[in-house]
Amino acid sequence: MSVLIDRETKVIVQGITGRDGAFHAKEMIEYGTQVAAGVTPGKGGQKTDCGVPVFDTMEEAVRATGANTSVIFVPAVFAADAVCEAADAGVSLVVCISEGVPVQDMVRVLPYLGERGTRLIGPNCPGIISPGKSKVGIMPGDIHREGPIGVVSRSGTLTYEMVYHLTRNGLGQSTCIGIGGDPVAGTNILDAMELFAGDEQTEALVLIGEIGGSDEEEAAAVIEAGYPKKVVAFIAGRTAPAGKRMGHAGAIVTGGTGTAAGKVAAFEAVGVEVAETPEEIAGIVKNLL
Amino acid sequence: MKIHEVEARKIFEAHGLPVPPSRLVESPEVARQAAEELGCPVVVKAQVLVGGRGKAGGVKLAGTPSEAVEKAEAILGMEIKGLTVKKVLVASAVDITREFYAGLVIDRRSRKPLMMVSPAGGIDIEEVARTAPEKILKVVIDPMWGILPFQVRRMTSFLSGNRDVARQIGRALTALYRAFMAVDASLAEINPLVESPDGKVWAIDAKINIDDNGLYRQKDITELRDDSAEDEGEVEARLKGLSFVKLEGNVGCIVNGAGLAMATMDMIKHYGAEPANFLDIGGSSSPEKVLAAMHIILRDRNVRSILINIFGGITRCDDVAAGLIEARKQLGIDVPLVVRLTGTNEDKARELLGGTELIPAATMDEGVRKAIEMARA
Repeated sequence: MSVLIDRETKVIVQGITGRDGAFHAKEMIEYGTQVAAGVTPGKGGQKTDCGVPVFDTMEEAVRATGANTSVIFVPAVFAADAVCEAADAGVSLVVCISEGVPVQDMVRVLPYLGERGTRLIGPNCPGIISPGKSKVGIMPGDIHREGPIGVVSRSGTLTYEMVYHLTRNGLGQSTCIGIGGDPVAGTNILDAMELFAGDEQTEALVLIGEIGGSDEEEAAAVIEAGYPKKVVAFIAGRTAPAGKRMGHAGAIVTGGTGTAAGKVAAFEAVGVEVAETPEEIAGIVKNLL
Repeated sequence: MKIHEVEARKIFEAHGLPVPPSRLVESPEVARQAAEELGCPVVVKAQVLVGGRGKAGGVKLAGTPSEAVEKAEAILGMEIKGLTVKKVLVASAVDITREFYAGLVIDRRSRKPLMMVSPAGGIDIEEVARTAPEKILKVVIDPMWGILPFQVRRMTSFLSGNRDVARQIGRALTALYRAFMAVDASLAEINPLVESPDGKVWAIDAKINIDDNGLYRQKDITELRDDSAEDEGEVEARLKGLSFVKLEGNVGCIVNGAGLAMATMDMIKHYGAEPANFLDIGGSSSPEKVLAAMHIILRDRNVRSILINIFGGITRCDDVAAGLIEARKQLGIDVPLVVRLTGTNEDKARELLGGTELIPAATMDEGVRKAIEMARA
């Protein structure tokens, strides 16, 4: 069944005439994603090299195509506006790839989305893929296979590494959601777990967390209270020093909270096995199934 | 980005917080002049971008201008947590009857600004949270409304029974919220906010961290950046658009992506060695970035080997390989380089690296083991 996206998902690419937007629109189409339209203000009326019609506004693009999802590649300065525009145009899912969005913008954007019932993935994320069905993001499609494992991650390339091992070991994926590395995200680990809880295709969930915040500790509490899927975890940043931001805006240990040790302990206390290296994950998942 | 207390005081003052007057000085003699102008007693405070200045002896009270000179002499040049004090703030001292804490952060759980106040001010708030959590009141603020009058009343009545003092604290909390939002802060803290014997409320310390992602629209604040507070390599990395943190080990690493970079460090430790750094070259694989990354890592004389761990998706492995070969040529690198390239165009990359002294690894695991082996050789 997969979550959030499937074969029916119709996507609009915001920022489709930019370097990244153009490249990934093409990649998504090659993967089989239905890319219905692109939006770049001031460039409406054109068609991209792949034949995708470009509109000036999201409102026009949605009206003309009936798309239900958008993926955003605009510079961070314009990202909050682009997210709100997508929600206002009525799409139910927005995936914001853009990195560097001010956290105070996100704080204001999220209530706006809430009022319109729009879900946001990101910002600063690789996007979502339901292997064999649709890809709305920037991850390399060829490392994925369709299967029973759900993946939720705060990271990009680390997720590719983990998925690579899963696939090589015959463990395909239902959906992989990269929720992004910012402190305030549209969808956090708990929200993503809720989505997977009701998905028939998903038999086990791989949570890829990292230092900073308390999503993982809260996830452990949810699992203890009774979560319908088996869960395996990996936590990045065991060797990260306190008080230093490790690349991601949200990856920082402050005042003794958000440490990898605390997160690992929280998972182990509720019986969730935590892999020590990315390679170990496949073996642990296999034993579980 | 962290800013100095003196700048945080200015921002607070501009938003209506009562801040005692002060002067920033770089020499003991100017400290005398400042103390004379302000009137004694004064507090002499080290301006370094770390917490715990008081405990380290970087904050001293002076009763006369001559004493201000002495204290400034003692503090200037002092090392606090590895940072040399180059400037001190001379501020009018305030007599203290009560000390409060007031702080604002972006709360990751509610995804909104969260104000925290406590009647136990003047000490580390995390210590209060551990030992006496009932002494902290937390209020989530709706960013579309801003701080509401009833929220202010809740907090002020939690802090003080004196109506006049409570009113002044309320004005201070409102000003704190305004300042926080105006400068794209990720943290703003007054510790302590004090009540003086004459019933006046003052912010006698100020701390603000700015969200790096908001800096593009905070030009005045961007200019305040103090590079001397950072490791040289970290400064160079920032200017080159890389993410770098120096660590104490001897196995260097260059990785694409922050999560994979952390996992690489963790794996180095897992196999019994220590990572020399965190370095994320980001999504682009230009030879310039690879070259800059090499240059930054090689500043560190402890580095005995470097692991390049790339999971190519958007990043093309052959591009990285070309950058590495170029870097090796230009920089005359003599430490062994272990290269793990998986993903887009990895075959081409392998061909390029074939005739070189770069040591190939098929997986992350193998790459880490080889890099450790090389570091120990």
